[in-house]
Amino acid sequence: MKNKAYVNKHDCVACGSCVRVCPMSAIVVDGIAANINCEKCVGCGRCAKECPASVIQLKEG
Amino acid sequence: MKKRWYDYLWIATLAYLILGFVNILFAWLGLLCFLIPIVISIVKGNKAYCNKYCGRGQMFNLIGGRFGLSRKKDIPKWMKSKWFQYGFLIFFFAMFFQMLWVTYLVFSGARELKQIVTLIWTFKVPWEWAYYGDFLHSGVSQFAFGFYSVMLTATILGLITMILFKPRSWCVYCPMGTMTHTICKIKNRNK
Ligand code: SF4
Ligand code: SF4
Ligand code: SF4
Repeated sequence: MKNKAYVNKHDCVACGSCVRVCPMSAIVVDGIAANINCEKCVGCGRCAKECPASVIQLKEG
Repeated sequence: MKKRWYDYLWIATLAYLILGFVNILFAWLGLLCFLIPIVISIVKGNKAYCNKYCGRGQMFNLIGGRFGLSRKKDIPKWMKSKWFQYGFLIFFFAMFFQMLWVTYLVFSGARELKQIVTLIWTFKVPWEWAYYGDFLHSGVSQFAFGFYSVMLTATILGLITMILFKPRSWCVYCPMGTMTHTICKIKNRNK
């Protein structure tokens, strides 16, 4: 199984850093939290590395 | 990712910081960085300012990310705790109102204009080179010095946490971010 990125929306500060680094354009920030499209996500982990609030985790999906 | 016009707003932020060295009155433009996010959060109920239009955040992304001036370490837990975010927000605005009070005193003539920029609320830096006399009133210049102090302080703290932690660590405790976050939450509650 492949890894997928998930956001803890409660603590996301909606800075959009993850959106900028995602090679698959899988992330949008709507409202006040990031939203990851797990169809598009390839689990590369770049978003998690960039997230200043450390609210993205890779889980098996 | 396709670049959009607003991906270049970091240039405006950089220009703002430089203009403050040239003529302090440009500091007034910084009010936009206070008003626009608040208006967006009240009208739209989202933090589009943070993830699209904030030049300060983009600047940190650029310097810390592209230029690699960041250790890319997780910020300490306490720094992303609610008490720190709100504590810093309260402290920041207390200092902000203190600055407005000094401006008021200069406007009313009870105090003389001081041509200094105060960094991190502590260090007083002589800044008279960016001062060419008063426009309308010495209070107008006083506000400019005070406001530029706030903006430069935010930049310095942001740069420090950018280097120590991740590029946009500032955004975790940025008072504007915390405030718009709260406004959005209140606004979206009644949906
Ligand atoms: S893990 Fe990679 S592909 Fe998935 S959302 Fe994050 S950056 Fe995009
Ligand atoms: S980088 Fe982290 S805090 Fe910023 S929008 Fe993405 S998930 Fe949220
Ligand atoms: S949190 Fe502050 S610095 Fe970061 S994007 Fe929002 S307004 Fe800009």
